[in-house]
Amino acid sequence: MKALTVESVGLCAPGLPSWAAGRAALAGERAYAPEPLPAIAASLLPANERRRVTATIKLALHAAQEAVGSASATPDGKLAAALPTVFASSGGDSEVLDNICAALALPDRAVSPVHFHQSVHNTPSGYWSIATGCRHPSSSLSAYDGSFGGGLMETAALAWAEATRVLLVAYDLPPPFPLSDRRRIVAPFALALLLNPNPARGLATLRLEPAAPSTATPLADPELERLRSGNPAARGLPLLCAIARRRAESILLAGRGGGLRVEVEPA
Amino acid sequence: MAIKPLALTARTVTNALGRGLDASLSALRCGESGLRPCDFEDAALATWIGRVAGLEDEPLRGDFAAFDCRNNRLARLALEQDDFAAAAAAAAARYGPDRIGVFVGTSTSGIGATEQAYRQRDPATGALPENFDYQHTHNVFSAADFIRSWLGLSGVALALSTACSSSAKAFASAWRQMSAGFCDAAVVGGVDSLCLTTLYGFNALGLASPRPCRPWDIERDGLNVGEAAGFALLEWAEPEDWRVLLRGYGESSDAHHMTAAHPEGAGAALAMEQALARADARPEQVDYINLHGTATPLNDAAEDRAVLRVFGPDTPCSSTKGWTGHTLGAAGITEAIFVSLCLERGLIPATLNTRQRDPELGAGVVLDNRERPLALALSNSFGFGGTNCSLLFGRNAG
Repeated sequence: MKALTVESVGLCAPGLPSWAAGRAALAGERAYAPEPLPAIAASLLPANERRRVTATIKLALHAAQEAVGSASATPDGKLAAALPTVFASSGGDSEVLDNICAALALPDRAVSPVHFHQSVHNTPSGYWSIATGCRHPSSSLSAYDGSFGGGLMETAALAWAEATRVLLVAYDLPPPFPLSDRRRIVAPFALALLLNPNPARGLATLRLEPAAPSTATPLADPELERLRSGNPAARGLPLLCAIARRRAESILLAGRGGGLRVEVEPA
Repeated sequence: MAIKPLALTARTVTNALGRGLDASLSALRCGESGLRPCDFEDAALATWIGRVAGLEDEPLRGDFAAFDCRNNRLARLALEQDDFAAAAAAAAARYGPDRIGVFVGTSTSGIGATEQAYRQRDPATGALPENFDYQHTHNVFSAADFIRSWLGLSGVALALSTACSSSAKAFASAWRQMSAGFCDAAVVGGVDSLCLTTLYGFNALGLASPRPCRPWDIERDGLNVGEAAGFALLEWAEPEDWRVLLRGYGESSDAHHMTAAHPEGAGAALAMEQALARADARPEQVDYINLHGTATPLNDAAEDRAVLRVFGPDTPCSSTKGWTGHTLGAAGITEAIFVSLCLERGLIPATLNTRQRDPELGAGVVLDNRERPLALALSNSFGFGGTNCSLLFGRNAG
């Protein structure tokens, strides 16, 4: 099995406002309390764009920024501009999609041009590329509840093929009513992993292998398990818990787009 | 060193020109467009569209009823043409159904189902109608989930969704995941269907033309939204392979603007250069370029700069959007299949509807069909968010 080094992590969820602040709770050193997320500033974006961006874009970029900020820099210091990226999300920006479908149900069907261009699944990827000046390839994908695992496979394949570090960003937010009746996502969650295909200084080594999609590895803490099972991006929490606890673990990620076994070996 | 090529061992395409490869090929040959004045649902818009006839009357039934929406109907229709589903079944028997990956590009998936559900909300509570199934229709993954289910495949399955480069990038994902050993063969493709979101959305941006689109024309004034589905079965090529091969791919980001292409086409040029580099090919070896060519004033101008920068003015190129309209997330696969047909038949298609080339643009855009042997051909797909993908296909001269 080929390996990947987790160089750094970004995190943004209720009670886990960053990897730095959330690590102790994931390690079980203190109780996890799902306190509401404070407002996110989207400081990466120019002021004119910052006004227009949605909660989804801010959440995804926030996690990405933490992972890149805490990684070892490139010689010229422009790490973000040097990284191919993979953005994984089950449903994309449901606030924007709700706005468009609501507008289309009214007689004048006045779709907002800003909402329309933000309706594409690769909107966070586009804003990230603009904000960081990154011209490298970027994938945006979905595998419904298996989006994190699918994103991890795409990231690994890209990192190995190009022999380069790749940034994975997984994110999903609760949709607004009435979509919330048909898609249950319990809380906003975003995580980012900076993955290196070569042995490197980092937090852990991952080994991946496709597996039959059976039962995913759950978490022992009931509140964290509620988050894991209630948000497709949070399906990555068992990896973060193993890294935080510095404990080798074999984790199964399930999904209709194929299962994935991840061996986590903390550094 | 060139990458290991992939052979297209089965393929199919369905769009406004009709169902299956022959419908597209004969329309390309005789210059017959599939575009018509907008008659989608009750959309009262002065634009032209590329609609696939008959989808309204062919619902998904039985085990697949939960997936029923325009997008998955179109996917099913395409899978049943050209014996594609049978070829996928034969591949599943050879490799095992869990060793075939599914990489599907879509931009809007089945959002049309949500559009309809929002019009049927309960007036008192605002709730959506009981029969609305978000997961199996609107969700981005629905298209990939339906296709893997219909074909009985159980390997890795992803919906790639990067706007109008989606199904071109599906080829790149498949190459990488096969190289990583996550699968041994891949069904790649894409499906995007007409919906009010894209029709009214492009209209709101002022990008929907009131006429059949005219790429590279001095009077070009926008795109026509179309719908399409197409698929290819990818397997590692054999030595001396006589089939059409994916020889290279290139991907990049513009890092410029969410909807406007980089004015100098910097990202587009990067994608084309990388496709050439992966094939270890020189620009002058490319016999034909199928342009993204949406016919919006700025997109064509940016792509023209990029083509001139990489290839100069002599490489024959054309946009086939005048036949199919802009099929968005399905444009990459549609035009990849067109390019594969062109390589086999020695055909350089015209830029349909275009009368007078914009003198400001310099790429070698052809206005009439030409017949000559082709060995290497490139297909460009670019999208919102500044996402670019170029695919290089080749065929051994035989």
